[in-house]
Amino acid sequence: MDFIRAASLDDALAIKAQRPDITPIAGGTDLMVGINFDHTRPSGLLDLTSVPELAEWSESSGVIRLGAGVPYARIISELGEHLPGLAMAARTVASPQIRNRGTVGGNLATASPSGDAHPALLACGAEVELASVRGTRRMPVAEFFTSVKRNAAEPDELVTAVHLARATGPQQFAKVGTRNAMVISVCAFSVALHPERAEVGTGFGSAAPTPRRAADAEEFLSGELTSRGMWDDPRPLPDTVITRFGELVAAAAAPIDDVRGTASYRRHALGVLARRTAGWTWDEYLTGRQTCA
Amino acid sequence: MSAHVNAPSRTSQDLSESITGGVGESPSRPDGNLKVRGDYAYSSDLGAEDMLWGATLRSPHPYARITGIDVGPALAHPGVYAVLTHEDVPGDNRYGLKIVDQPVLAEDVVRFRGEPVALVAADDPETARRALELIAVDYQVLEPVTDPKRAAHDPALPKLHPDSGCENNLVRYQPIVRGRQDVRADVVVSGTYTLGMQDQAFLGPESGLAIPAEDGGVEVFLATQDLHSDRKQTARALGLPPDKVRMTMSGVGGAFGGREDLSIQAHVCMLAMHTGKPVKMVYNREESFYGHVHRHPAEMYFEHGATRDGELVYVKARMYFDGGAYASKTPVVVGNATTLGTGPYEVPNVDIAGWGVYTNNPPCGAMRGLGAVQPAFAYEAQMDKLARALDMDPVELRQRNAVEQGSVLHTGQQLDYPAPVGELLERARKLPMPPERDPAAEPDIRDLPGGAANTTHGEDIARGVGYAAIIKNVSYAEGADDYSTARASLQAVGGEAVAMVHTAAAEVGQGLVTVQQQIARTELGVERVNIHPNDTSVGEAGSSSASRQTYITGGAVKAACEAVRETLFERAAAKLGHTPPDLAVVDGKLVSDSHGVLADVVEILGDEVIECTREYHHRPTYPLDPETGQSELVHVQHAFSVHRAVVDVDTQLGLVKVVALDCVQDVGKAVNPDAIVGQIQGGATQGMGLAVMEEIQVSDGLIRNPSFTDYLIPTILDTPPMKVDILERGDPHAPYGVRGVGEPPTISAGPAVLAAIRAATGLDLTHAPAGPDHITGTAG
Repeated sequence: MDFIRAASLDDALAIKAQRPDITPIAGGTDLMVGINFDHTRPSGLLDLTSVPELAEWSESSGVIRLGAGVPYARIISELGEHLPGLAMAARTVASPQIRNRGTVGGNLATASPSGDAHPALLACGAEVELASVRGTRRMPVAEFFTSVKRNAAEPDELVTAVHLARATGPQQFAKVGTRNAMVISVCAFSVALHPERAEVGTGFGSAAPTPRRAADAEEFLSGELTSRGMWDDPRPLPDTVITRFGELVAAAAAPIDDVRGTASYRRHALGVLARRTAGWTWDEYLTGRQTCA
Repeated sequence: MSAHVNAPSRTSQDLSESITGGVGESPSRPDGNLKVRGDYAYSSDLGAEDMLWGATLRSPHPYARITGIDVGPALAHPGVYAVLTHEDVPGDNRYGLKIVDQPVLAEDVVRFRGEPVALVAADDPETARRALELIAVDYQVLEPVTDPKRAAHDPALPKLHPDSGCENNLVRYQPIVRGRQDVRADVVVSGTYTLGMQDQAFLGPESGLAIPAEDGGVEVFLATQDLHSDRKQTARALGLPPDKVRMTMSGVGGAFGGREDLSIQAHVCMLAMHTGKPVKMVYNREESFYGHVHRHPAEMYFEHGATRDGELVYVKARMYFDGGAYASKTPVVVGNATTLGTGPYEVPNVDIAGWGVYTNNPPCGAMRGLGAVQPAFAYEAQMDKLARALDMDPVELRQRNAVEQGSVLHTGQQLDYPAPVGELLERARKLPMPPERDPAAEPDIRDLPGGAANTTHGEDIARGVGYAAIIKNVSYAEGADDYSTARASLQAVGGEAVAMVHTAAAEVGQGLVTVQQQIARTELGVERVNIHPNDTSVGEAGSSSASRQTYITGGAVKAACEAVRETLFERAAAKLGHTPPDLAVVDGKLVSDSHGVLADVVEILGDEVIECTREYHHRPTYPLDPETGQSELVHVQHAFSVHRAVVDVDTQLGLVKVVALDCVQDVGKAVNPDAIVGQIQGGATQGMGLAVMEEIQVSDGLIRNPSFTDYLIPTILDTPPMKVDILERGDPHAPYGVRGVGEPPTISAGPAVLAAIRAATGLDLTHAPAGPDHITGTAG
């Protein structure tokens, strides 16, 4: 197995163009597990940890460009206010040591239905930046996940960044695991309020072949908030609305039975997470407005 | 030795460190600093010049006939030095701890997924693994036997060990009956309880290095629980006399029973002797799940009858233990489970039966709390159920029926040592409770079920409290001659009296090295005590299991040191002409109350070394009557512990946070109080893991989660602070009065946690572990 360390993005893209079979590696959170178990045997590894262009984030006109190689630990410490949903998701990734190495870029490249970042990226309407020697393109993250552990990147492309709007409203992320830390999600859910466009974003993981949005639930909740005039005049959300939101999220799931949980538990738990996180975001919106007023 | 071993200083201590402290104190571990610094050499760190790497081809099927093996392509692969099958086993192709029924390499049939079929030695580990893929094995796949109850009773199933002489697929059946069998009770509760397969989850995978010796024998460096047991079985497989197989302990990365059976031992020796080169084997994590035995899963029906005021009238129990493909410790599991199956309670009328069976599931064997863990989940659930039926406090019900010194157990054995179960319960009840959760306060989510994963901010949290009291036997039982051997020496080195203790007893993390030093310091009155590397050049110590080493090897070290001291006194008498009868050694000096300091030990020793070897045997035990299960003394000692668990349960998500897990345990004599607290906290964590998350999921004979990604053990966020209250009610039959410590907390913690979850949720929860799907009723 070859191990090639790229020194710059141009270098990395040139190598990927020459050797589309090569597997990029950043933190190795998923990849090294696969290699250790002999589930995957890449012909070569392209080490991206020395590529400076991937290692930073920047903000322009309210949009954050998060380099694919920024580790979770930095997302937590530097982006907690800008991207609260993603930072909360980052906090649930594995252990402190792994959060120092693991990256959102790697999470996207693996495209596992259980990737912790994905629900938050979906709820925020993030865009994935893909680059190759042919050029750079961006696509909505919801279109990026194509099937189980498959993504829309071409063989010569690298995930170079994600672009997310700086939060304009409350965001939440919650994940169920069968222990209280360092656990792969049994199911996870994220919700984001986008008051400037009167929309609700959602994303869930580990409950369908790919990470997904719960589009019906989004439309229902934003519709309720709009028709009740609650974006501008926030009042407590009726329980019936919260309950219905949870039902619609659960209905969007297509989970399976596996070693981590049953399909019926996943569907049930997703509904609970949806109700709770919706309640928390709305409370925050409510109290935030009250504080400002 | 024909090769340079690049290994590890196998000393367990940085010799520049100075640690002091005798029996009853808490000196530091001699290997503690090395381990904390990462300088301690584990068996997987071994190496030798010109070394090859071994790898094992394992069966992909739980049950299949082997119709052909072609090793040609693998052998032709560059870098491959040997490919061995059962035809290359030089001696008897069978081994086993209790019943010699397991092939070193499979012959015409494989009985579990993961059974070793062939071995490869190659010049690097990757080449060895690639060569495994080139070995062509033809299998005729058979329908596996996977239901333990049917395995016990259904003559239509294939007999997996047709030569065993057993009925169906039975390994052992043991009934115990006592008192009247037609008795009725005012209140009767019953239930069927099941327990999943737990893994020892030691962190250091199986590993070892074998070096062929010039005398035709082999030197083996490895991590094990019992050097002599390994040697006996390995020598038999190699067709060598035991003294040609010389084993030395290397650093053990945890054991918990999982290193009692052979893993790499015979294999690595076969490869070394075949190639004439040193060979190293190290399993990876997944292979480790296939390469060692697990805890027996169980299905147990229990029925308890009591009077209206809560006095137990009878216990009836039927227990099935799935031993998997080979016997390993299954006979002992059945013996322990039936003899301990009533719990620490007096029951006048008992009808208990246990079946241990062969199936095509993964082999099960020794694990901490052997055979006592399973029934404790059942009988303690029953005691709570009975308390509810009687509308009685569960602690009071237990106290009312608790055994005490003089009680007669259902085997007929009378407890002729302290058995303070009622007192343990009382003290557990009086331990301070953790503070109540303040629903108004902003919670730290890490203190709530779900932890950092942010699943609740306090919604739907219910608190529950549960108790469990348990009984465990200490040491080998049912007539086994249980003993250990110690060699102690004393000499002057650089003007200081230095003792050396040499045993074959395995330090597996429990602190035996510290205990041996403490005993030698106390008995010999010297400060510096070195521990000789454990090897087979000294007599047997038996296994580091059954909570027995401080008792048995401690007894041997004490006896050897006493003999050295007697010899020292004789020399002193010869040298000084006369010594008083109250002679003692203190701080390197011979002293007496009447005469003060008489001489320095160093002066008496001169240039000579005093060395004595002694065995310590515990008093004899006796087998169970095969029909009635009666025995005058089936266990040499019993140990007791009580746990109180406090849990918060997210009742909607089924997630659990154990808030407190406090223990009261009688240890007879606390030889090293700090180490005991460590053992109790570690043991409790392992027991808690079984209650809430640890299960090897097996379907159709296949392990579905052979990794630490999906076989979960508790993290620090799952583990509460633990109060430990230690009682010392000495056992007059044991050295210093000690009572085994290591296993009881593993047994009592799990049932207490489950009891607390039941109290919080009102659910029955008859399966351990109780996962979120059980608690939310979505188990499917």
